[in-house]
Amino acid sequence: MKNKYSIFSLIKNAFSQHENWKQAWGNPEPKKEYEAVIVGGGGHGLATAYYLAKKHNMKNIAVLEKGWIGGGNTGRNTTIIRSNYLWDASAGLYDHALKIWENLSQELNYNIMFSQRGVMNLAHNLQDVRDLKRRTHANRLNGIDAVWLDTKQVKEFCPIINISQDIRYPVLGGTLQRRAGTARHDAVAWGYARGADAMGVDIIQNCEVKGIKRNGDQVEGLDTTKGFIKTKKIGVVAAGHSSVIANMAGLKLPLESKPLQALVSEPVKPIIDTVVMSNAVHAYVSQSDKGELVIGAGTDAYISYTQRGSHDVVEGTLKAILELYPIFSRMKMLRQWGGIVDICPDASPIISKTNIKGLYFNCGWGTGGFKATPGSGDLFAHTIANDEPHKLNAAFNLNRFVSGDLVDEHGAAAVAH
Amino acid sequence: MFVINCPHCGERDQSEFSCGGEAHIVRPKQPTELSDDEWAEYLFMRKNTKGVQFERWNHAHGCRKWFNMVRDTSNDKIHAVYKMGEKPPVI
Repeated sequence: MKNKYSIFSLIKNAFSQHENWKQAWGNPEPKKEYEAVIVGGGGHGLATAYYLAKKHNMKNIAVLEKGWIGGGNTGRNTTIIRSNYLWDASAGLYDHALKIWENLSQELNYNIMFSQRGVMNLAHNLQDVRDLKRRTHANRLNGIDAVWLDTKQVKEFCPIINISQDIRYPVLGGTLQRRAGTARHDAVAWGYARGADAMGVDIIQNCEVKGIKRNGDQVEGLDTTKGFIKTKKIGVVAAGHSSVIANMAGLKLPLESKPLQALVSEPVKPIIDTVVMSNAVHAYVSQSDKGELVIGAGTDAYISYTQRGSHDVVEGTLKAILELYPIFSRMKMLRQWGGIVDICPDASPIISKTNIKGLYFNCGWGTGGFKATPGSGDLFAHTIANDEPHKLNAAFNLNRFVSGDLVDEHGAAAVAH
Repeated sequence: MFVINCPHCGERDQSEFSCGGEAHIVRPKQPTELSDDEWAEYLFMRKNTKGVQFERWNHAHGCRKWFNMVRDTSNDKIHAVYKMGEKPPVI
């Protein structure tokens, strides 16, 4: 890789006041034709391009991004990574990603600040207890680390939690996945962009797709704001805007796009060294390396592409946070934002071919796509290169909505939607 | 978040309402005749429009009646509200 990052390059560049670092990726104009084009320059799209080049030797490819890379949901999520999903298919998919996360900084020669600080999922009623216990058993049968903690153990693991049994939704226990954690979301996009660029992938920013040209049932290319680009393979990884791209090709997808919100507080000294999620009261919290509390709220219950989200949703989440962590009652929130998530009826993603030749979709990640970024890119690259799904994403095809073979993960999606 | 003019109750906060998704999806007249593809189309496939969308809403914390609404999903601007059974306006 050109311009390898190491302790030696750091020392060398210190002598020139760090003014001679090379650009991590280029800014090329689109060529007339590519072997494959990825639509969407978020983490999933860039990872797809990276693995297409690295594992499938497809170097003449491009990633089109309508804004700047990592500026969509990749830069808007709460950076939680875990793989404690219920069903075998999901366990295979998300744990595949988690295994790649564990070595990703080394592989990319880029510090993505992956931190296995553990993720705890709380139970607040008897049904939660039953469901979460069942999920730990299912996880362990699939080789995924998961333990059940009673209320006392929850308190020991995260001392600032209020375990009073007099609150509206008392803590009755929880599950813990110790291998789970967080990563720096921007660094994931930047690391994959740098890796893909080094292998010859064109990353084209400020280039919006306006139409998809077909010849019969085969794709021929894309109309973009930077002109027509010819290609026989299009991989769409457009998150909340997947349906918009699908409509250009005359397809309908089983998706609804909704705003999902998150917010961060003023930075404070380390107070919570893990990630705590609570499905029943809809609140989850962790602390960034800068010291901000990172808080995830819920989705608005209607289709919208506004990237804002409603005030009452944030209010509901903060009420729950304050009941669980009274210590936060005087903290100020600094920023709030929304991202548009594409939600599938079964709360599982779609990584699939379509009935149009050369058109592939990777979408439907809903509220929890970040954790799957490396695995999603790897499996989508396999699907595009071979025109066949990998066995790990075979269950996540579009046809499951016709056959009825759904992968219902509403319970493990960790936030109700 | 926005204010919705319920055709039965007048203007109320959106949080009083629940959204029923895309409107004017007709329930199959003869479900037994449907192929798997047609079922999938009816149950799952949605336009998920970015722009002017016709949708169903229910005044869940008010009169509890269903009605239709035309809203631009790119900016949440409401163009029209009309009762169930009425003809959709031309926008």
